[in-house]
Amino acid sequence: MSRIEQRFAELREQNRAALIPYVTAGDPEPGATVPLMHALVEAGADLIELGVPFSDPMADGPVIQKACERALRFGTGLRDVLAMVAEFRKQDTTTPVVLMGYLNPVERMGYETFAETAKAAGLDGLLTVDLPPEESEDVVGLLEQSGIDPIFLIAPTTSETRIDHVARAARGFVYYVSLKGVTGSQSLDVSALAERLEGLRCHTGLPLGVGFGIRDAETAAQVARVADAVVVGSAIVRLAEEHDGDGEAFARAAAAVVREMRTAMDAARSPGAAATV
Amino acid sequence: MNKIDWAAFPDARGHFGPYGGRFVSETLMGALDELQQVYEQYIGDPDFLAELDHDLKQFVGRPNPLYHAERLSQELGGAQIYLKREDLNHTGAHKVNNTIGQALLAKKLGKTRIIAETGAGQHGVATATVAARLGLECVIYMGEEDTRRQSQNVYRMRLLGAEVVGVKSGTRTLKDALNEAMRDWVTNVDDTFYIIGTVAGPHPYPAMVRDFQSVIGREAREQHLAMTGKLPDTLVACVGGGSNAIGLFHPFLGDESVEMIGVEAGGDGVETGRHSAPLCAGQPGVLHGNRTYLMEDENGQIIGTHSVSAGLDYPGVGPEHAWLKDIGRVNYVSVTDDQALAGFHRMTRTEGIIPALETSHAIAHVLDLAPQMRPDQSIIINLSGRGDKDLNTVAEREGITL
Ligand SMILES: Cc1ncc(COP(=O)(O)O)c(C=O)c1O
Repeated sequence: MSRIEQRFAELREQNRAALIPYVTAGDPEPGATVPLMHALVEAGADLIELGVPFSDPMADGPVIQKACERALRFGTGLRDVLAMVAEFRKQDTTTPVVLMGYLNPVERMGYETFAETAKAAGLDGLLTVDLPPEESEDVVGLLEQSGIDPIFLIAPTTSETRIDHVARAARGFVYYVSLKGVTGSQSLDVSALAERLEGLRCHTGLPLGVGFGIRDAETAAQVARVADAVVVGSAIVRLAEEHDGDGEAFARAAAAVVREMRTAMDAARSPGAAATV
Repeated sequence: MNKIDWAAFPDARGHFGPYGGRFVSETLMGALDELQQVYEQYIGDPDFLAELDHDLKQFVGRPNPLYHAERLSQELGGAQIYLKREDLNHTGAHKVNNTIGQALLAKKLGKTRIIAETGAGQHGVATATVAARLGLECVIYMGEEDTRRQSQNVYRMRLLGAEVVGVKSGTRTLKDALNEAMRDWVTNVDDTFYIIGTVAGPHPYPAMVRDFQSVIGREAREQHLAMTGKLPDTLVACVGGGSNAIGLFHPFLGDESVEMIGVEAGGDGVETGRHSAPLCAGQPGVLHGNRTYLMEDENGQIIGTHSVSAGLDYPGVGPEHAWLKDIGRVNYVSVTDDQALAGFHRMTRTEGIIPALETSHAIAHVLDLAPQMRPDQSIIINLSGRGDKDLNTVAEREGITL
């Protein structure tokens, strides 16, 4: 069983939804990331999504664009990010780590080298937002050999036929993009989301994570009632900007947000909680 | 070379050999499927093609001439030089051939809002123009650096009723404008049609834009045959994303005797690293929805480009060019900013035609090439646009304030 499967199995048993914070690796500086990851786990994160900085983050809103720019000031690249994962693994052998980013850095490194290095580092999953299943055959084969789950997105615009296609290629969990837009957008409609997730469950038995547009503990709790995982990105990354280059202050603030979301999400799933969304 | 069935490219999923394809976030996949479907339906539809022809004739002013540049040919003392006069199109460049076509498709799809990216502003102007004509809302994304270099075109777009958004992210040039347009599209995909301005982007854009631009080569082929009784020996065009070049080249691909040269922007010189010549000095990667040659660093980050011409200042290139390079059908070279400037002046003074700085790159290459050829041979240069938009840039480089 992969680390991701293991983690979702445990959570299912406890009737909890996974909390997955996203942070951009190397933001605000390279040394800040591994301590930040540990702080997030301690505050209640179940998986960590680590963003690979990219010069042209087309699917990201201004908050994560700026995070990429901050990280790129230090030249943080994919090899550095994998080294951070390896460093994290020295202390934490159970929390799954998924890289999220764009295809070109992986292409440049070479799929084979990436798969080998990532396996050695203890990486669990890879989500490249600009790689639909149609173009992913080569890389998916290599990832599977290395025990790394390819994570794919399903969007509000994904047709029924495509859903099956995506679900067949996906491993680990399916990432449902909750809205039409870039990361950090602000118009999540929870009741429409619930209906959509119901529909998706007819197509896949994989856990369903929801991301884009989860800004606060209240939204996280609402989503936790209907999804298996809640991905929170811009709401956390925004704090790096607020703490202006101070990695430790950022980690404390990020941990506080995660803790608050954790509490709200667990309360929403507790037997006494109102079932309405 | 083995006989290639040029019409068979791209394949059904938009691949030219290893290049092209569709590398976008899931949210856009449905819209691209929809676009591919209408494009495939209409590109063979006689009524649609008649409508397109009508617009190209009555609104754009096609066919434009294939002009024999006799004085320049004589001065250079080699091949006869012919100019395909895309600068005489309405709005002053080849870009409008494509925006007319895509706008017709937008109408068929019932979209009410048009967006586009622009570098030099020519595509932005051509898009704002068709949007005005059809009464569609129009938003143009343009890197801040380019809004400064091409301020006249910014004003033209605004006069035409478009909203021009200056993009402040990244290097503030064309690639960042494209990123921002993609972000807009992913957010407003229900009512918005994205008119990409060159043969880049995810499938079906490279094929669709090529098909709309191929009117250039179809006309030029017929005109050259009528004027000289034979095919040209060499075609030369500048390559930014590559739409004017592919438009000229594509109808000639099956004519094995015709040599083709794409001219990239060498900036300060390819050896300095300050240039925009991915085919000459880049390597394959994935950006803006397709696999192609890119300018990138060892981490796969896209690097800043440089060219005196905003329309060539782009780190990628259309995937069909990447493939044509690899199979050896087209030869790609680069010329520097200074050479392009020399080409600009030479054309202006010798033929009375002020070319765009983008086009001046193709001209500069011909200044070297023509003397190596015989007077019974011929070259067609794609005169992709006129230079009015570049007067400030040229003056500034020469220390003149207008
Ligand atoms: C006159 C002119 N020529 C050429 C180009 C380069 O684009 P492409 O390579 O797609 O023809 C531009 C782009 O703005 C242009 O304005």
